[in-house]
Amino acid sequence: MAGTSHTRNPFTQVETPAVGVTVEHLSKNFGSLKVLKDVSFAVQPGEIFVLMGPSGSGKSVLLKHIVGLELPTAGRVAVDGHDAASEETRERVRMALVFQSGALFNSLSVYDNLALYPREHRLADEAGIRQKVMHALKILSLEGTAKKFPADLSGGMKKRVAIARALVMEPQLMLYDEPTSELDPVMSATISEIIASLRVEYRVTTIVVSHDRDLALNIADRVGILMDGKLIFLGPPSELKQPKDPIVADFLTPKIDLQHPRFKQLET
Amino acid sequence: MKQITAILEGFGSTLQLLIRSIGYAGTLPRQWGRFIEQCYMIGYTTLPIVAILSFFIGSVLALQAGYSMQNFGTQQFIGSLVGLSMARELGPVMVAILVAGRVGSAIAAELASMKVYQEVDALVTMNIPPARMLVMPRLAASLVMVPVLALIGDLVGWFGGAIVSKYTAIISIEPEAYFAVLRHYTHFKDVLNGLVKAEIFGFVVVLVCCNIGLNTRGGPREIGASVTRAVVVSLILILVLDYFVTQILT
Ligand SMILES: Nc1ncnc2c1ncn2[C@@H]1O[C@H](COP(=O)(O)OP(=O)(O)OP(=O)(O)O)[C@@H](O)[C@H]1O
Ligand SMILES: [Mg+2]
Repeated sequence: MAGTSHTRNPFTQVETPAVGVTVEHLSKNFGSLKVLKDVSFAVQPGEIFVLMGPSGSGKSVLLKHIVGLELPTAGRVAVDGHDAASEETRERVRMALVFQSGALFNSLSVYDNLALYPREHRLADEAGIRQKVMHALKILSLEGTAKKFPADLSGGMKKRVAIARALVMEPQLMLYDEPTSELDPVMSATISEIIASLRVEYRVTTIVVSHDRDLALNIADRVGILMDGKLIFLGPPSELKQPKDPIVADFLTPKIDLQHPRFKQLET
Repeated sequence: MKQITAILEGFGSTLQLLIRSIGYAGTLPRQWGRFIEQCYMIGYTTLPIVAILSFFIGSVLALQAGYSMQNFGTQQFIGSLVGLSMARELGPVMVAILVAGRVGSAIAAELASMKVYQEVDALVTMNIPPARMLVMPRLAASLVMVPVLALIGDLVGWFGGAIVSKYTAIISIEPEAYFAVLRHYTHFKDVLNGLVKAEIFGFVVVLVCCNIGLNTRGGPREIGASVTRAVVVSLILILVLDYFVTQILT
């Protein structure tokens, strides 16, 4: 995060300032269900922020607020200083979200899925787009799938196509929702390397939701842990190696205890 | 009370979608491929069933007219009855109903599944407005194709009436006589009137089905519910609009 951080757009070679994200006192209710409870944190321009937390703690909902797909019940989410949900922010800041489910366009081939964004925004001619798309497919070992349709892909392949589609967008702000959850260890390491190198090359501001401890410890600048809709930890990954908070320690390194299994403790 | 707010909400969101889509009309040339694809969807898939139904509606009209006219010996005017009824009323309404059933349901199903599987969310984060990519080309295609379908329906229906008039014993009118009367009493204005109706109905059906599809919430089960709602709302709107449009146009 040193010096003036800029995101260079590889299509136009125009440099735009890297963007930051601020979440202030964010609360979100779905009916009577309180999913996020007064969450505040800021992600600096060009930072890699990893968000961890148990299933159902509200991580995906939080990401959707940052791209403006959900509106806060209370509080504020700002991208580059402006309201995340406004159309103007979406016009100005190029954001990409890798959905947990992939959210590929089922009626389009893998190639067309990747090419849609540059085509719609007329970022390059077909030859230029082809080069970008094939490059993105190649670095995710997806060369053979260009003509296939999403329904014909495995779970992990869909995830990689979703990541490739986000890479082609060359965003200033990149959000990943569990990018490595369905991938083998080598592919997971590759994804971590891609995320880290994007930051080095293009100063992309990155938020990663992940349960992958290796990813968090190796590439994160800071880590947040969301539990029950509250941020219970916020700090550099080094602090996670010997966490002071017993809840955090138990979440990160749960002991498998066959004498006193957790599901039996719940019953009594 | 709940129903009334739901209807008002539906009306409001449909109007909003309409305004947004019109705002993207300028992008039609660069969405030419999608426009042609939708024209094909609306035209080609609906044409056979439009032709079959129009043929039989024209036939039944002639048969019923012949049955009631034989008492007065006015069978020679059958051509005018079939010609006018088909052109002004039955042609456009029937085409609109078929478009609702075949095209509207398919649109609602496709957009609802895109919504449920977060494809619409993905478009929004990519700053590609769904109104531009998904709705506008469909609306434009309906404007072009539905009147064409209605015109074909008119012609086939007239033809059906001619065949029945010739081969039914109580009528027995030669096609030349039938079409001479039809041409004399059915003016270009009447046909145009019907095509305008079809245009309005088709446009409204496509718009409403797009809106209901895009407003689907929840899981895959809601896709089916959206399709049913889209078709039912379309049918009601066609019949209600028919009354008012007919009043205005005559
Ligand atoms: N649109 C919605 N309507 C109602 N409840 C919702 C909605 N979206 C999410 N929730 C609820 O919010 C809570 C948090 O969901 P979320 O998807 O953010 O969890 P998560 O932390 O991403 O979990 P996981 O690690 O399993 O993906 C869950 O209880 C979920 O049922
Ligand atoms: Mg999630």
